[in-house]
Amino acid sequence: MVEAETTIKNRAGIHARPSALIAQTAVKFASRIYLEKAGNRINAKSIMGIITLAASFGTRIKIIAEGPDEQQAVDAIKALFESGFNEELG
Amino acid sequence: MIEKEPANFTVLDLLSLELKEQNDLRLRCVAGRAGLTREIPVPDLNRPGLALAGFYESFGWERLQVFGRGETAFLKKLERDGLDVEAYATFFSYKIPCCIFTNNLDPGERFLQAAENAGCPVLITDLNSSEFSLRLIRVLHDIFAPKTIMHGVLVEVFGIGILLVGDSGVGKSETALELIERGHRLVADDVVEIRCLNGTVLMGQGTNKVVGHHMEIRGLGIINVTHLFGVGAIRDKKQIQLVCQLEDWDPNKVYDRIGMDELTAEILGVKVPKLEIPVKPGRNIPIIIETAAMNERLKKMGYHSAKEFNQNIMRWLESESARTMYFSRDDY
Repeated sequence: MVEAETTIKNRAGIHARPSALIAQTAVKFASRIYLEKAGNRINAKSIMGIITLAASFGTRIKIIAEGPDEQQAVDAIKALFESGFNEELG
Repeated sequence: MIEKEPANFTVLDLLSLELKEQNDLRLRCVAGRAGLTREIPVPDLNRPGLALAGFYESFGWERLQVFGRGETAFLKKLERDGLDVEAYATFFSYKIPCCIFTNNLDPGERFLQAAENAGCPVLITDLNSSEFSLRLIRVLHDIFAPKTIMHGVLVEVFGIGILLVGDSGVGKSETALELIERGHRLVADDVVEIRCLNGTVLMGQGTNKVVGHHMEIRGLGIINVTHLFGVGAIRDKKQIQLVCQLEDWDPNKVYDRIGMDELTAEILGVKVPKLEIPVKPGRNIPIIIETAAMNERLKKMGYHSAKEFNQNIMRWLESESARTMYFSRDDY
């Protein structure tokens, strides 16, 4: 299991478009991938799940992956968060 | 499946609950607003008669203190006898979450002042004590029930609450969509919040009103089920009575062919019947789910298809062997 922490860098937070980006990236990996906010853990391959997290600007998010390509999965998703989803940064 | 951390539930949260009809607590705050952020640590209430009379052994101070006619009359007597200052000082030296007066009873100026000074909220309801206690315990037990969040789709099919689980992309949402199209109801898609009530009932609902009753269908995007299929196609919460696990067809796995052995899924310590349904292109999963729901209803009514079928076979085999024995007798 690999874990990493990140914060939301784009002003608008995780709305529909960023969550779609996360889910699209997550489904490319065979590992089970989760996002966790304040103890609530959801499946990172589910768009509705990611939206339900209600992660706004500045929120801390934990990325957890478990499986054969866990390290690559965490790195790819973390990079996505760090890039701010190509949106306006806060 | 992850256990959710119990969030701090404060008096303010209690006041801002949106409760309807038989659960409405009809509370309003009359003093001690500063203490509205006090946490309610336990889902219980206490009638503080003994404490007010000076008996503080085993005093349940961490509970909500409910004042009915008896307690309020006693407060009046304390004030008449001039014992109120001392009694209130001791009473409020405990960090009581809040005091609630039923029947619209007036706590009296001096009590309100003491509560205000101690920063203890005083609430009033127009319900009578027993009705209020009933509602409060029901509401608090709901809030304090063990909670978990599961990845899956919760649908109601022929009155049976079915939780569809399985890996991403196996077709849970598509199955649910077909079920909705066939007149069944969606409770929650993708993220289902499950609470265990009374230690036996699993109640499932969506986590969030904004996201609720929307579905993500690959190729279509996000759809609003209420607007597309009407309010008849949705439900706010439903008891989970069956878990259907959808999984890609594995040729090496043995699937149940008879239905005599019963699998169960354990959620929050409650066992729920579970079916493992293999998915393969061309297999009509929604019809299988519908049939599973009807079969579950039959079982609840006391008729178990598979068992009954086997009993009939055994009876037939028995009569057959009796007949063979009879016909093979030499003296026939």
